[in-house]
Amino acid sequence: MSAQAPLIGGREAPAELLLRDVHVLDPRARIDARRDVRVREGRIVELAEPGSLDAEPGTRGLAARETGETRAAEQEAGPEQEAGPEWEAGPELVDGEGRLRLLPAFFDPHVHLRTPGQEHKEDIDSGTRAAAAGGFGAVIAMPNTDPVLDSAPLLRSLRDAAARAARVPVGFLPAITRGLLGEQLTEMAELREQGALGFSDDGRPVVSAGMLRKALRYQRLCGGVLSLHEEDPTLSRGGAMHEGALSAALGIGAIPSVAESTMVARDAELAGYEDARVHFQHLSCAASVEAVAAAKARGFRVSAEVCPHHLLLSEADVRGLDTNMKMYPPLATDADRRALLEGLRAGTIDCVATDHAPHAREEKEVPFEQAPMGTTGLETAFAALHTGLVLSGEIDLALLVARMSAGAELFALPAPSIAVGRPANLTLVDLEHVWVAGEHGWQSRSANCCFAGRRLQGRVLMTLAAGAIVHRDRALALAGAS
Amino acid sequence: MNHLISIEDLDRRDIERIVTQAERFEEVADREIKTLPTLRGRMVLNLFYEASTRTRGSFELAAKRLSADVVNFVASGSSVEKGESLKDTVLTLSAHKPDAIVLRTPWAGASELVSRWCDAAIVNAGDGKHEHPTQALLDVYTLRRRVGAIDGASIWIVGDVAHSRVARSNVLAFQRMGANVTLAGPPTLIPRGIEQLGCEVRYTLEELPGADIVYALRMQRERMSDTWVPSLREYASWYQVNARRLAPRQLLMHPGPVNRGVELSGEVVDSPQALITAQVEAGVVVRMAVLYELLASREARPSAPPASAPRPLVGSRPA
Repeated sequence: MSAQAPLIGGREAPAELLLRDVHVLDPRARIDARRDVRVREGRIVELAEPGSLDAEPGTRGLAARETGETRAAEQEAGPEQEAGPEWEAGPELVDGEGRLRLLPAFFDPHVHLRTPGQEHKEDIDSGTRAAAAGGFGAVIAMPNTDPVLDSAPLLRSLRDAAARAARVPVGFLPAITRGLLGEQLTEMAELREQGALGFSDDGRPVVSAGMLRKALRYQRLCGGVLSLHEEDPTLSRGGAMHEGALSAALGIGAIPSVAESTMVARDAELAGYEDARVHFQHLSCAASVEAVAAAKARGFRVSAEVCPHHLLLSEADVRGLDTNMKMYPPLATDADRRALLEGLRAGTIDCVATDHAPHAREEKEVPFEQAPMGTTGLETAFAALHTGLVLSGEIDLALLVARMSAGAELFALPAPSIAVGRPANLTLVDLEHVWVAGEHGWQSRSANCCFAGRRLQGRVLMTLAAGAIVHRDRALALAGAS
Repeated sequence: MNHLISIEDLDRRDIERIVTQAERFEEVADREIKTLPTLRGRMVLNLFYEASTRTRGSFELAAKRLSADVVNFVASGSSVEKGESLKDTVLTLSAHKPDAIVLRTPWAGASELVSRWCDAAIVNAGDGKHEHPTQALLDVYTLRRRVGAIDGASIWIVGDVAHSRVARSNVLAFQRMGANVTLAGPPTLIPRGIEQLGCEVRYTLEELPGADIVYALRMQRERMSDTWVPSLREYASWYQVNARRLAPRQLLMHPGPVNRGVELSGEVVDSPQALITAQVEAGVVVRMAVLYELLASREARPSAPPASAPRPLVGSRPA
């Protein structure tokens, strides 16, 4: 029923690019081999044996820089926000030397672009720059803005803004209930006609089972995935971290994992009863993974996402009361972390989402209990997961790549794929490049990243979204014309 | 020691050094002239974001006994009510170059945070429900004066553990001094996981006769509105420390202020077993010892930095 294309924005200039001798890894297209890849007018037009494609005359060459060279370049560039130099139009060549990986662009079904109303934290431009820098070819923005995205006129104006400012295409999930208050449905049918990709009350749960059931039934009319933030507020109220020995010792109000898992179980049951399509956001604990697995085993149409921080960190990381470690759901136990990882491996959890939640420095530079929930994540997701899960042997690269781009299909969008004829949605990465997160600033307007200061291995060099080059990293240098 | 933020940062020797110093100051308290010149010219800033008469008064008196200058800054009616952040308040007050800041806030970890923002020695006078380390030190001091060592002693802390910073600091301090600590109270007010501090947990007072020292916590009336317990009446019937439950050989402590008839019955408050007044008295000498520990070995802060030469408004600016 959606009359408008659900994704909007991105750059106009179609890429003219030859990626020579890159290691193409696309689990969906079943490619794991060195190839030359030619992109013309924003589409993949050739996939050939390495070294077999020639660049056109006048093509500018680019090559990956080593860590030290990149650091020098970044230091020289100082606080300037633009990551890579903006080159004039014309064909470009990247020599992958058989080493650089070309992946389908990542897809993030859960980000906060903070527009309208909280542009001091993030806006469409800065948020989608961060996405591009992290290798994401598209993102889905949440509606807990000010005002809440809960009406068609607001959706239209936001889509207009995204058409102008978004560096990568953006999909919007308007609210399920007006004002996120949980009392009255939004005009979901009209919102769908105006391009709503689905609906979410993210930031808050739909507390009333009866209200959620109405939304699930209404889905028969309007379609659109319902993306659910699961939290029983009567269990989580006053809490700032996961319940356990550490919260007891620190005297900080605690959130038990059952605040999430009981709601996942409830809503899975409701979705099954109504044969509705729901997506569970940011799973954080073993019991939630079990609830999703049980729902899938019964044939319910449910899917789930997990965030890099829940896969890599645990409540022990909260001990220093770094407010960047404060998010909902809170970092739970290491056993929960391992259950999430197992869920990701098994496919119980379908995709990775960052829940990129920017907050201004002054908002986070307060005592832990006063700080708002959320960590940024777009710029570190791949590198952190590669470092923490792939290099440590927990999962293989192909699985990570699959889960980082799987979000598109969950929202009924074409999956990014490396195949002839497809629009270029590509991420070029250097798996050997070591960098320190945040060392030279962020593309995001906010710096509240839980991985800030950590040594990460794996760097996004270039991102193509909807056929256009949207990010060229400083780790990519001009290597002369050919 | 640069700051006193948590008992966790102290070992047994640190605690013993502070209480021994407090004992030396005790002798001064009996003199006609009660002040010592030790911290003359030093400034102690009391920064309180929560109402407190006892703790603040006790710190003020302690600082004055050591001849320090004291400035009280109470958050209500100040710039804080105009929306100033903790950081800005601390930075502003730091411009007066306090040597120590005594800080009480409703937020766990605030003292630690403030210690990163300024050069002053920070004394945590209560950070949310996290810790109240000087209370624990004065309780250790009080016990040392009354019974000597507490190695192997059984200490029961009874009541609303969940909302008590005193409980957390005292568990750590009593354990460091060799005592065995049991926490007892209604299950709704004993946080999950607290036993991992190495203490026992009980939900009734059946085994209370085994305790050598009973430390009752204040039961705040506002907990009723949050329905942590069904009623004060039921709470008192199960957890009140009274003459029926307290054996003559047991000592009774309480951080104050007492709710007579709730966590303690009137007769035990007034009994010779109660150390409650001794705890209050200990407050001043122990806080003197803490300030002494933090400041005496520390160099005084320069009163004012040399004024930088005025720079012309235009021109001769470095490129």
